[in-house]
Amino acid sequence: MSEALLLQLESVCFAYDAERPVLRGASLALRSGERLVIEGPNGAGKTTLLHLTVGLLRPAAGRIIAFGRERRHERDFHEVRARAGLLFQDADDQLFCPTVLEDVAFGPLNLGRTPVHAREIAEATLAAVGLHGFGARITHRLSGGEKRLVTLACVLAMRPDALLLDEPTTGLDEGAEAALARLLLELPQAMLIVSHDRAFCNRLATRRVMLRDGRLEDA
Amino acid sequence: MSGGGRPLLGGDRTGLVGIDPRIRLLSATVFAFVAVSLEAIPALVAAVLIGAAGVVVARVPAAAVFHRLLALDALMLLVVATLPFAMPGETLLQWGGVVASREGLVRAVEILAKANAVVLMLLALLHGVPAPTLAHALQRLGLPDRLVHLLFFTVRYLDVLGGEYVRLRRAMTARAFRPRTDRHTWRSLGWLVGMLLVRSFERAERVLAAMKCRGFDGRLHSFADLRMRAIDGAFAVAGCGVLAGLLWLEAR
Repeated sequence: MSEALLLQLESVCFAYDAERPVLRGASLALRSGERLVIEGPNGAGKTTLLHLTVGLLRPAAGRIIAFGRERRHERDFHEVRARAGLLFQDADDQLFCPTVLEDVAFGPLNLGRTPVHAREIAEATLAAVGLHGFGARITHRLSGGEKRLVTLACVLAMRPDALLLDEPTTGLDEGAEAALARLLLELPQAMLIVSHDRAFCNRLATRRVMLRDGRLEDA
Repeated sequence: MSGGGRPLLGGDRTGLVGIDPRIRLLSATVFAFVAVSLEAIPALVAAVLIGAAGVVVARVPAAAVFHRLLALDALMLLVVATLPFAMPGETLLQWGGVVASREGLVRAVEILAKANAVVLMLLALLHGVPAPTLAHALQRLGLPDRLVHLLFFTVRYLDVLGGEYVRLRRAMTARAFRPRTDRHTWRSLGWLVGMLLVRSFERAERVLAAMKCRGFDGRLHSFADLRMRAIDGAFAVAGCGVLAGLLWLEAR
């Protein structure tokens, strides 16, 4: 049970520009309980890989299997996005509501929770990431570290089974980074982590893969 | 911490807190149409007074009212200053070859009164309504989703774009850029505007992707529990009474 396969990419190919394909048959599997770190140089396609997993991009070839079913069309990915929470590289891309509480409740409201329930979920999730009482704060006036934690709360409020983290420590100071790592270590979710931050990866990784020349290999 | 002076941001702390935002939107719209159609001076004066009373009842902060009216009336000054000279009619003032007409002045004052009445009432009814609630209310009133999204995201991302502009502009200054009136300056500012457009387009794509990841399907939800209650009906009836009074003054 603890080894259940959550997300799987099979020989996925993708190119933004036909001359220079980014992924050339990349395969990957994430099981429950794992925190898998994806390493690789800039521009290797790490973010692309995460976006393919939740259907923001579609592969030119290969299969994406999420939570026991192959996913091909936009409607297949609705469920995937609710169960695999993607944390974006730039927190400002993710925060778009005026207040923190509204932003955190955005996901639950989209999933059909009642306003009262969504508010409860949002408040509880904020407290869980250590941002108790931040609900009324204006999102664009938060510090970088606070923004990062709010985006994490936004994703966790959807109660996902897996987290996809895209450079989660970018722009964070040591204190904020350590706090984030502690928080992530206590979460039960399986994680797919893209990061250049050595120390952070060392703390979190249960397994590592390397993305090189469009393919993934064990590191 | 505060929502600043923006009517679409911040919590709903005005005196009209109990009224359904849909009723408020409809009232503001109908009031605007009626105010614009008025021509009799007593009716216009009454409209401005009603707008002012609305602002007081709704407890809109004086500074917010002042800023909005200042912006509006600076523009209106232009109308008041030019219209008397642009309309033919009974001579009021003569300056060499230029003639100011009485009809022009009356028309200018009319326009001034209409504009101020509408802005005051808009402030009274919509100041302090949180942006998501306003967006939700507009959607429930049947406004096209695209228009609602446009309004909502314009409000949210004005600051982000402003910040991006400041960063780019600062980076230019750091490389000793000083605006002059020459080709280099115009071209550089052109690049700046172009880069802002490209960046905002890309950001829009990323924002949409992030929203999709959280289950966005085109509908905006909000905490506001939009349900008509007796008080909303009473407010609508009272509003109709006020409008009927204005129209009666106009027809007299």
